[in-house]
Amino acid sequence: MLSRVAERIYWAARYLERVENTSRLVRNYTLLLLDLPQNVDLSWYNLIILNNAEKEFSDRYQHRSEKNIIKFLLANKDNASAMIQCLKMVRENVRTTRDVMPPETWETVNELSLFMEENIQQGINRTNRHEFLDTVAQDCHKVHGLIEGAMRRDEAWQFFQLGSNIERADMTSRILESGATMLLHQSKASDTKLSHLVWGSILHSLSAHHSYQRTVRTSVNGPGAVRFMLEDPHFPRTVSFCVNALLECAINLPRNETAVKHLNKLKRSALKEIPHDNLGQPFVDWLGHLQLEIANLHLVFSDNWFYWE
Amino acid sequence: MSLNWENYQTQDFFDELVTAKGRARKPASNLIRYLRQFSNEEIERRKKLAEVAIKQMGVSFTIYSEAGNIDRAWPFDIIPRTISATQWRTTAEGLSQRLRALNLFIDDLYHDQRILKDKIIPEHVIKQSKNFRKECIGASPKHGVWAHICGSDLVRDESGQFFVLEDNLRVPSGVSYLLENRAVTKRVFPELFKTTAIEPVNDYPDHLLSMLSSLSPRRLKQPHVVVLTPGIFNSAYFEHAYLAQKMGVELVEGADLIVKDNSVYMKSIDGLQQVDVIYRRIDDLYLDPEVFNKDSVLGVPGLMRAWKSGKVALANAPGAGVADDKVIYAYVPKIIKYYLDEEPLISNVETFVCADPKERDHVLANLDKLVIKPANESGGYGMLIGPHATKKELNQFKALIKSNPRNYIAQPTLKLSVAPTLVEGNLVEPRHLDLRPFILQGKESYVTAGGLTRVAMRKGSLVVNSSQGGGSKDTWVVDTGT
Repeated sequence: MLSRVAERIYWAARYLERVENTSRLVRNYTLLLLDLPQNVDLSWYNLIILNNAEKEFSDRYQHRSEKNIIKFLLANKDNASAMIQCLKMVRENVRTTRDVMPPETWETVNELSLFMEENIQQGINRTNRHEFLDTVAQDCHKVHGLIEGAMRRDEAWQFFQLGSNIERADMTSRILESGATMLLHQSKASDTKLSHLVWGSILHSLSAHHSYQRTVRTSVNGPGAVRFMLEDPHFPRTVSFCVNALLECAINLPRNETAVKHLNKLKRSALKEIPHDNLGQPFVDWLGHLQLEIANLHLVFSDNWFYWE
Repeated sequence: MSLNWENYQTQDFFDELVTAKGRARKPASNLIRYLRQFSNEEIERRKKLAEVAIKQMGVSFTIYSEAGNIDRAWPFDIIPRTISATQWRTTAEGLSQRLRALNLFIDDLYHDQRILKDKIIPEHVIKQSKNFRKECIGASPKHGVWAHICGSDLVRDESGQFFVLEDNLRVPSGVSYLLENRAVTKRVFPELFKTTAIEPVNDYPDHLLSMLSSLSPRRLKQPHVVVLTPGIFNSAYFEHAYLAQKMGVELVEGADLIVKDNSVYMKSIDGLQQVDVIYRRIDDLYLDPEVFNKDSVLGVPGLMRAWKSGKVALANAPGAGVADDKVIYAYVPKIIKYYLDEEPLISNVETFVCADPKERDHVLANLDKLVIKPANESGGYGMLIGPHATKKELNQFKALIKSNPRNYIAQPTLKLSVAPTLVEGNLVEPRHLDLRPFILQGKESYVTAGGLTRVAMRKGSLVVNSSQGGGSKDTWVVDTGT
């Protein structure tokens, strides 16, 4: 398989994951804010911090209003990580790798792009936001369904999985960070009711609420949610699961020694010394370190398969 | 109310679907009967269905303009164009006859040039041809075939006879639209495919792949075939990707290939992999910066060396475009006679070569009645339609022809055939059209069942190019059992 094609498939998967994550994140944040007590001051701006987009945001908007933030996250064409731009990248990458993907992948992505171009305003206004974001998430699932059910487990498939799983691991760590940060800045951080709401929303944003309850069997709390999202070996968005999936992909790809070595190392060390007992600053720092490891992993993949000259 | 035929008058043009007396032609009889039952709502519903299908399949083409590139949805008319299978069989034979002769001709030009020595074609025609590549002299592609994929443009005159209008031997495009038009029509009129014996078209990619495989220099069960595209910004990129996918081969860009020891390799996640056959969709002059356009970043340095040393096959071969010249076109009947000793099964349109002083005088005297075409343009650019031209345009072309006669040919304005086309709501009007079948030649020959029908959507217009307001129709070769 062409190095260039491998890279494009990998990015198609990463961007698709970003589209889906943004849709879930905005949807659940909207719901969370509806539930919060009046005196709690949780701002939409957390979503900007979560994306490391403080500068890009302040370059374009003065007010940190819900409308501005949602516009920036979903529709702003100058923002490379806006949902509409990520989908554009999915479309371009799929469009240029049509020959190795199931044919319906292109049709579905193309359809979703048209839908988004026409209906983006629905996502910005609160009234139809939920419905709009649901449609987006469902179409992303459709693509995953096609890849799961209609794609040969060839190298293209492995690169798609590589992209999906590295992005998921990264997103999970970022979304956990947003939970920790939200509570960090609250004077009522110890308030179990607030903590319950925030971590519940985090689990929903990761599509993990239901699985958490069935597995952990206690009411939602910070340490429980964190442990589950980092360590559960069976839920497909936990860091542990994603690293295992990445390792499996790497094993199935040619010339994989460096990547396999790296992943094994990450598997052994990454999930050590999680500061479970303090989900404040120490945990935020720990997550920052994990995100660096993941970024480094991307460079390893790149050097190994995409730019081998 | 159903389809509105009130304004339907084909005048003295040949109508593809309806006879002069207003009855349905035999291959179209089921279709017309069926369309007659449609209510206005039903017509709208089917039109919508087609629109949605085209959007969903992402069928698009790119138009280049100063304002930037626009990706437009493919303009499509839902009423198919029909051709009888009996007539098509003879036409298809004529097309492969023509391509066989043209390939013998190209091979001769790059070797002994017997046809020039025998004075069948004047030597200056080749000497001044923009598409004769001296770099190709002495090369011997497998099976003696240079033009492996040909898209000829056919038109019908008022009697219904097919003529070849031009041969496209460089990088002809359109076949993906032919295939997609059928896919759309199957969604729009599924019922008709039960009652009408319509010849399928979707075997084209299989034939293309086996033709390409037959060119492989290495004797392998599965030669390594790739499609070489200039990239996403090319107007035919959709087609490049489409064909690669349908054949299950890699779509590569120039930067994905590298030449080492005269062999071509593809940069892959496994390292370098040798490539046997390249279906290139890049023009000759951009293929290899070592030999042609030095600034080309689309091509592959060393590709010509690899091809000439027989380590890789290129389809179409470089230099094949020499036979695509509109002046050469004028000589094709003679070329067929010379190499095959056969009479052409399909005629040429009467053509005046401006390089010939006698013919040039005729052209200059009758400019307002003729169509003037430059010898080496495609896409309908740079031509003059005499009867529709202003005085200024006529004078401009007079000067052009006088200063460079070799570059121009002239043809009478054709009474292109028409077919019923939905123009607005339920209103049906005749529109002019042509037909581009695709012909393959490798070890064996193959011709598509029908071809791509292009329609001039503007009333009275003869320009069918999609870049200039043309649309298209599905083309049915119908076996009526006679």
